Amino acid sequence: MTPTYYLVLAAALFTIGAMGVLVRRNAIVVFMCIELMLNAVNLTLVTFSRINGTLDGQIMAFFVMVVAAAEVVIGLAIIMAIFRSRRSASVDDANLLKY
Amino acid sequence: MENFPFLSVLTLTPLVGAVIVALLPVSAAKDAKGRNRADEAAKWVALVISLLVFVGTMLMFFAFDKNGDRFQFTEDYTWIPSFGTEFAFGVDGIALVMLALIALLVPIVILASWHDGVGGKRSVKTFFALMLALETCMIGVFAVTDVLLFYVFFEAMLVPMYFLIASYGGPRRQYAAVKFFLYSLVGGLFMLAAVIGVYVVSTDQLGDGTFSFEQLTQLDIDPTTQRWLFLGFFIAFAIKAPLVPFHTWLPDAGGQAPIGAAVLLVGVLDKVGTYGMLRYCLPLFPDAAVYFAPWIVGISVAGIIYGALLAIGQSDMKRLVAYTSIAHFGFIALGVFAFTSQAGTGAVLYMVNHGLSTGALFLVVGFLINRRKSSQVADFGGAGKVVPWIAGAFLIAGLSSLALPGTNSFVSEFLVLVGSFATNKAATVIATIGIVFAALYILWLYQRTMQGKLNPEMPKMRDISLRESVVIAPVLVLIVAMGFYPKPVIDVITPAVNFTMNDIDKKDPAPEARDEARSSEEQGDEAKSGAQK
Amino acid sequence: MLSLLWLIIALPLAGAAVLLLAGAPPLRRLGADKWGHYLGSATVGVSFLLAVGAFFALKDRSDRHYEDQLWSFIPVGDLQVDIGLLFDPLSAVFVLLITGVGFLIHVYSIGYMADDPGRRRFFGYLNLFVAAMLVLVLGNNFVSLYAGWEGVGLASYLLIAFWYDRPSAATAAKKAFIMNRVGDVGLAIAIFVLFAQLGTITYDGVFSNVDDLSSVTITVVALLLLLGACGKSGQFPLQAWLPDAMAGPTPVSALIHAATMVTAGVYLIARANPIFSASETAQLVVCIIGAITLMIGCIIGCAKDDMKQVLAYSTVSQIGYMFLAVGLGGPAYALGIAHLLAHGFFKAGLFLGAGSVMHGMKDQGDIRRFGGLAKYMPITAVTFGLGYLAIIGLPPLSGFFTKDPIIEHAFDRPGWTGWVFGGAALLGAGLTAFYMTRLMVLVFFGKKRWTDDIKHPHESPAVMWWPMVVLAVGSVSAGYLFYRGDALSDWLAPVLGEPHEAATHKIEPGVLTATVIGVVVVAALFAAALFWRGTALQEQPVRSPFVIAARRNLYADAFNEAVLEKPGLWLTRILVYFDSRGIDGMVNGLAATVGGTSSRLRRLQTGFVRSYALTMLFGAVAVVAALVAAGWR
Repeated sequence: MTPTYYLVLAAALFTIGAMGVLVRRNAIVVFMCIELMLNAVNLTLVTFSRINGTLDGQIMAFFVMVVAAAEVVIGLAIIMAIFRSRRSASVDDANLLKY
Repeated sequence: MENFPFLSVLTLTPLVGAVIVALLPVSAAKDAKGRNRADEAAKWVALVISLLVFVGTMLMFFAFDKNGDRFQFTEDYTWIPSFGTEFAFGVDGIALVMLALIALLVPIVILASWHDGVGGKRSVKTFFALMLALETCMIGVFAVTDVLLFYVFFEAMLVPMYFLIASYGGPRRQYAAVKFFLYSLVGGLFMLAAVIGVYVVSTDQLGDGTFSFEQLTQLDIDPTTQRWLFLGFFIAFAIKAPLVPFHTWLPDAGGQAPIGAAVLLVGVLDKVGTYGMLRYCLPLFPDAAVYFAPWIVGISVAGIIYGALLAIGQSDMKRLVAYTSIAHFGFIALGVFAFTSQAGTGAVLYMVNHGLSTGALFLVVGFLINRRKSSQVADFGGAGKVVPWIAGAFLIAGLSSLALPGTNSFVSEFLVLVGSFATNKAATVIATIGIVFAALYILWLYQRTMQGKLNPEMPKMRDISLRESVVIAPVLVLIVAMGFYPKPVIDVITPAVNFTMNDIDKKDPAPEARDEARSSEEQGDEAKSGAQK
Repeated sequence: MLSLLWLIIALPLAGAAVLLLAGAPPLRRLGADKWGHYLGSATVGVSFLLAVGAFFALKDRSDRHYEDQLWSFIPVGDLQVDIGLLFDPLSAVFVLLITGVGFLIHVYSIGYMADDPGRRRFFGYLNLFVAAMLVLVLGNNFVSLYAGWEGVGLASYLLIAFWYDRPSAATAAKKAFIMNRVGDVGLAIAIFVLFAQLGTITYDGVFSNVDDLSSVTITVVALLLLLGACGKSGQFPLQAWLPDAMAGPTPVSALIHAATMVTAGVYLIARANPIFSASETAQLVVCIIGAITLMIGCIIGCAKDDMKQVLAYSTVSQIGYMFLAVGLGGPAYALGIAHLLAHGFFKAGLFLGAGSVMHGMKDQGDIRRFGGLAKYMPITAVTFGLGYLAIIGLPPLSGFFTKDPIIEHAFDRPGWTGWVFGGAALLGAGLTAFYMTRLMVLVFFGKKRWTDDIKHPHESPAVMWWPMVVLAVGSVSAGYLFYRGDALSDWLAPVLGEPHEAATHKIEPGVLTATVIGVVVVAALFAAALFWRGTALQEQPVRSPFVIAARRNLYADAFNEAVLEKPGLWLTRILVYFDSRGIDGMVNGLAATVGGTSSRLRRLQTGFVRSYALTMLFGAVAVVAALVAAGWR
């Protein structure tokens, strides 16, 4: 099995995610992009786990998923709260925490 | 009695008290006289706890064997064995007298602050809880024999004091509190670096690193390293003490702090600086101490004159007293770095006496400020006619501050000067001139506030109250009593100072003229015996 | 009897404590205001009786030396300071003078202060003074001396500022204390030198080892002691506080600023005679200061119009005589002490007389406003007159027997200095006669020049005049007692050395005595002629710069103000500015720099999440790039 295809796919997903985080304004989309990046990493982890024949990477991937799930809960709640108070889901509008 | 764990109990009691006071329920219930019941309860708990500590300290003071071991009442509890540090308690004569001073001043300060928080926006019980927490830190810093633990208490002291100044102080309290905190913290950082440095050196030399004071004094550190480590400790202590030119936080902090906190700040907290010089700088880094001594004597003497001149020029009473303290700390540092048993004993005694005399001055100034609602000298005038007993207390406290014979400070100032004359003649002569300035700032202050024509703008003021008499009387009695019979205290201090002198390998210089006479006689004898041959 | 010596000090000290504390609110019902003055007088009276007893007990001892260690005061290493008493002939005469004259003045004060609401406090302070003065003279070491030295300074401060609501009194008290402290610095450093050199500060230890000291050290110590003596005794250049001290109540001036405290400097020099005798230079300086001061006192005394000011400057000048005497050394030490005792009597008497006059004249002190009072105050006039005759030195009163030998010994000093000191002393005697006659005549004789509000000046009550009578008797007889067979010199011999007559005199004693008496009589007659007509009401025309200078205290105050006070004040102001702008400015500047830097840095915190994300990305890329560049595989 050659890992190249998996790794290229993961890199592509990661780049798409990263670009999405950087260029999109809608908080929900940004959030999705972050999930994309996490899953790209998961793919990488699982790939290497398979290559090396150890379970470390897979366990790590589970951890990432658990953390991502928790993150979704809190993140969405925050986004909801912000949307309720400001009637907007744009990350650029949530800029109160500055100098 | 000797086996009772005095030091840990004394350190923890105020902390427990602070927790109790802090946990007291808040209520708006008023008693018959319209006082808040919860506040009253907090005050009484604080007072009783501090009195318990006082009794305990006195028992320990009299159980102390002045001819016994260097450190007594020692206790060891594991803390972080892998760092070679533990909860190690133990006092020598130097720390013992300071503990006695703390135990005496805290109840007095609590009683003096009885009405300070009432009616204000700030919580009364927090004030007294902070006082007790401060007492724990102060006792701890003098009671430990572990350098890391000393550092911990040294820094922990800042916290309650910061809140006391920042929450309960004068109009510029925030500025003063932050300045005090940051200044002390910067000093503390130098010390932390040096503490770690000492640990590293001890790891090199002993194999296992240690923070134990007694083991660290056995180290043989090379001179260059000593100088750097010495400076680390010394800068922290010079800021704490404070010596010129690190002094500018004190007038601000002392001027803005509530009177009770000011008494403890100048009376005890600052003494940690001079105490640290004597108890840590000298024994741990003897060569460096000798190397830097001329410079330190120089800034001490500069501080004596400079502080006194600035005190003369002040228009605010609290700031004035703070500046007099800078002059007095110059005397103490001069005594520490004179390296004679007289000067060393004098310096320690000076720490105690200065706590009493400046404490009394601050308390009396506080009485006046409470009445006049102003600390400006110009707002008073001729007050002696209206409040004669406060004026009398003021005068006694002032006379102690200018070291009049018959008051406690004379003994210590005399010892410092007579002891340091043997090793630093010119510096001592200049320092002695400082006593003229001392007379000037005290008597001029007294004249401007108490004597002369009555200032018509002063409101009706009532003379000293019963509570205030109870506050000030013990201090004044001690001022006079220790002026006439200081021997019991001196006897406790001198052995500890002699241990320190041994650590730095210094002996009292022999009388010069006698020495010469003896040596010339011996030469004469030799000449004679030579002639006989 | 000698074992009760400590009681002599303890009684007045206890009296002071009781009197001062008795005013506390809980103790007020004891009514100390009613009996306080009796208690205050009684303690000193009993002390005097004890002192007399101790005096006779000492007389019976062959070595005339008694020491008693009371308790250990400051024991550290080699420094062992004990509270100890030394009763020897020198301290004995001082103790008798202090308690004796002190008792009389206490009694006098009962009447003088009768109308003052603070009488109890006054007696408390007086008792405190007596106790401190006794510590000064009875101590057996230099630290006790220093303690008493500053203690009397405190009592003097409290008593000068007794009427503390008067700004002039408060200022005068502060001035006195601070000028005294300048002297105290000298005394303190002398003690340090002695301890560093000899390792002891007891009189015994120091005086028996003076030979070990190098001559430079001896001179230094002597000059430092002299500085202390000058401060306490109002000698040049520290004389300016003494006349101002007259702002206190008159009994204070009599007791402290005439009879006892201001003579402490003479005591110090006499006590330290082994040190002074070992240094020619120091003795010369003592003589010079004595001569200068006696001239200053005389000159200013001639120009003053306030009764107490005249007496104050005459005190300055008389103490100048004493300094001259103890500076001459040898047999003249005893003469200085003799003059001190005689002066204690007649000057205390003169001051009490002045107080009596002022008491009867509604507290006025301007002698141009008196005149003809002899008729109204006969007892005061007679006692004052006897004191006057004593101070100008007419035989057979005490001043003659003590001052004449001083002038004689001054002339006998070898070399030209003898002529200078002798001439100054002789001139001083003439001037003293002049200004004292002026005072006497303007107050008691001639026309009435009273202010309109005074109708019937009255004699003082008995409680005030009988102390004056006793002192007058003392001033008449004292000198003669000293003169008889050199009784005082013999008595003091164990301390000051055996008296011995100089072999040769520059001027035949008979001739000199005649000259002195001649000068005094001529000066007195001249003054009497000048002032008898009572034209003094008008300010005397200013004839010369000399008179102006004398009226302004020879510019001593102006000098102090211009050279010390003003620049000192400016220095403190500059330092305050320097401290707040310089040192604190640096601290605040450092804080401001940190604050400024961080307020610029915080601009990076834009609040745009996406820009943070970009930064993170760049950071991650940079780290990876660095790792790759570092050859990580």
